[in-house]
Amino acid sequence: MSMLAAPLHRVSRSTLLRHLAVALIGLVVVILVLESTSTFRNAQFAAMAYLGIAAGGLTVLTGLNGQISLGHGAFMAFGAYSTALLYREAEPVLPVVGVLLVATVVALLVGALVGVAAARLHGPYLAGATLALAVAVPGMAIFFGDSLGGEQGLNVRVPDVPGWFADAVFFLTAHDVTASKYVAYIGWLALIVTFVLLANLSRSRVGRVWRAVRDDEVAAELAGINLGRARVLAFLVSAGCAGLAGAVMAMAVRITAPSGFTLTLSLTLLTAVVLGGLGSLLGALIGAALLTFLPQVVTGVGHDLGLSDVQSAELAPLVYGLVMVLVILLAPAGIVGSLRGWRRSRRETT
Amino acid sequence: MRRWTRTMTLATSVITAGALVAACGAGETREQSKGEAGSSDVGITEDTVTIGAHFPLTGVAAPGYSEIPTGMKAYFDYVNAQGGVDGRKIEFLVRDDGYNPTNTSQVTNELVLKDEIFAMVGGLGTPTHAAVVDFLNSEQVPDLFVSSGSIQWGDQPEEKPFTFGWQPDYESEGKIIGQYVAENMPDAKVGLFLQDDDLGRDSEKGVRRFLDKQIVGVERYTSGNTDVAPQIAGLQAKGADLVLSFNTPSYTALSQLVAMKLNYKPKWFYANIGSDPNLVGSLLSKFSEGAVDGAAPLDGVLTTEYIPGVDSEDDPWIQLWQKVWDEYGDQGDLTNYRVYGMSKAYAFVQALMAAGPDPTREGIVDAVEQWDTSWPGPELAPFRFSEDSHLGISGMRIVELKGGVGKELTPVLVTDIGDAPIEEDTSGQSDDAPAESGLPEIEPVG
Repeated sequence: MSMLAAPLHRVSRSTLLRHLAVALIGLVVVILVLESTSTFRNAQFAAMAYLGIAAGGLTVLTGLNGQISLGHGAFMAFGAYSTALLYREAEPVLPVVGVLLVATVVALLVGALVGVAAARLHGPYLAGATLALAVAVPGMAIFFGDSLGGEQGLNVRVPDVPGWFADAVFFLTAHDVTASKYVAYIGWLALIVTFVLLANLSRSRVGRVWRAVRDDEVAAELAGINLGRARVLAFLVSAGCAGLAGAVMAMAVRITAPSGFTLTLSLTLLTAVVLGGLGSLLGALIGAALLTFLPQVVTGVGHDLGLSDVQSAELAPLVYGLVMVLVILLAPAGIVGSLRGWRRSRRETT
Repeated sequence: MRRWTRTMTLATSVITAGALVAACGAGETREQSKGEAGSSDVGITEDTVTIGAHFPLTGVAAPGYSEIPTGMKAYFDYVNAQGGVDGRKIEFLVRDDGYNPTNTSQVTNELVLKDEIFAMVGGLGTPTHAAVVDFLNSEQVPDLFVSSGSIQWGDQPEEKPFTFGWQPDYESEGKIIGQYVAENMPDAKVGLFLQDDDLGRDSEKGVRRFLDKQIVGVERYTSGNTDVAPQIAGLQAKGADLVLSFNTPSYTALSQLVAMKLNYKPKWFYANIGSDPNLVGSLLSKFSEGAVDGAAPLDGVLTTEYIPGVDSEDDPWIQLWQKVWDEYGDQGDLTNYRVYGMSKAYAFVQALMAAGPDPTREGIVDAVEQWDTSWPGPELAPFRFSEDSHLGISGMRIVELKGGVGKELTPVLVTDIGDAPIEEDTSGQSDDAPAESGLPEIEPVG
């Protein structure tokens, strides 16, 4: 036991190692879940992954740095369009990982530009500016219709499953890898990598600076923190996450069109973050899960109750709104935030 | 910290053990979903055929379009009540995509992978369906009778072997309209009002074959942007006295309202897709908050039709649809959108019968490719289905709206994409009537 305890103790002491250990467990869970569910569920998990990545980035921005963005759908659009442009031909110029990186960098650069402007804005003004972004970006795709496909968008090729990957999965599980499952793996691997990076970042000096800026900017400034730089960096990181999410979304949806990146998408991300609990990555993930699974489940229940197609379709946004109202009334800190608060208060009483 | 470490170790070992157990699955044979009694393919059982489609049931595109699946459902219920097709009842699953391609992709996954539909029938919308057409073809799901006139569903059957169009494509419609204008209004200064997607692009291509010199102005709008004043004012400034509009119903109402505000009174020619008098009328009074009365502004407007509409009460097809709707419809009246849905449902029943008593996905695709143009159907002109073309109905006639009713200006004219000639239809397709039973009477082909 003592032989094991020493390294384990080191793992639990080091933030990075601890996060890597959680990531490893996460990876095993992902493999178990993806391998034991149907192709349809795999596709849903891919959707959950890209919403989770974007919500993770947004929760860092909003929860840790206190900036509100209503325009993260626009950054997803940058990532998705980069992917669509790079991944159209039968012989793509870059492998999947390269495409994901380029999409992230493109969104990151745009995020840097917007972030510089955003650093000077607060609360509602920042929300307004990013709102404009969410409204304007789909229009750009139409304006540059010749290269970006206009209203109808660009079709994205489904990534080919590499032979070694298919062999490895078949060796472990005796299942063939479908395209949907492969995209789900891409999405979840991207999510795990992103979350490890975000978790480390928020535990590091950078994260403490962000929190300081959020909690009291005068105090932070007195402590020698450059407010603008901290805000721009937070914006940049979360825009990069949104870009990566957009890339996974393009591969999962197989098309990138302006109607997929309306204001609704940006608001959806914000809802995921609020539902799950601001500032918690786990909360972002739970929010993403709710967004992915709730509409389909509710519509199914509507059908089972004998409602017409239109009525069942309209039931989903209704239930979704109700859940939102309930969470805000009963658990104002979001699902994860409230659970943590509840656990803390229990620990204090015992 | 010690406790945390212990929990972690436990968790890791449990999960690793789980992974190893899962890994023991290696070597098992894969489950086969086929092989039940009487099932010849996915989605087919001894007594059911499950099909599905995506439609905008909510959101901006829902008015009108959400009625199409109710029409389809009513006709399928009618068929089911008479014993179905070869003893199988048709189960029609409708999923809402809100006209957003991201949602289309998700609900199509659900239909194909979870509900295991035999075929997609009548999925609606050009950008929405474009998101799933490659997926349907790679999964070898018959993708029958897409509800959109884009030529991309039918002009390259080798690339999309499982996909078929249904209504006349926009390019052929543009050609027929262009020739009519060139012959009957040679002095008109023509303005084009186009939706900025395949609808506008394909139509413009067709129109320009005949009217290149007569066109004085072209304006495009983006679906979703409801301010079309600049476009209509642009056409007015160019002096266009005949506007050919290729747009959806909401934009017919919007363009009419803007023209009224600008006191601009050209002759209007709306393509079929945007000319439903009832829907446009109700949208007009809604958008103007009651200031404009119903369809009155559409009096004298030119348009096209390729299936009989609800205004042709004497048409045997409309009589059948009315009977079906009265017996099996939801609440509400029979509308042109429900007629469109029923006509499409009828074509699917024809295809299913032609595919034989044990239909397969490949089989129904072959059956549609061998479509016999002598089969009676509500379409005014025959389908063009063959191995080389998956484009749908070959023609239409031009009508003028008077009090919400179309008055025929031309016989049924048929053509094809490219430089195919425009000819009067001699197949007699527009004169046929449904069988007494209201069901198609078709022997299996092949």
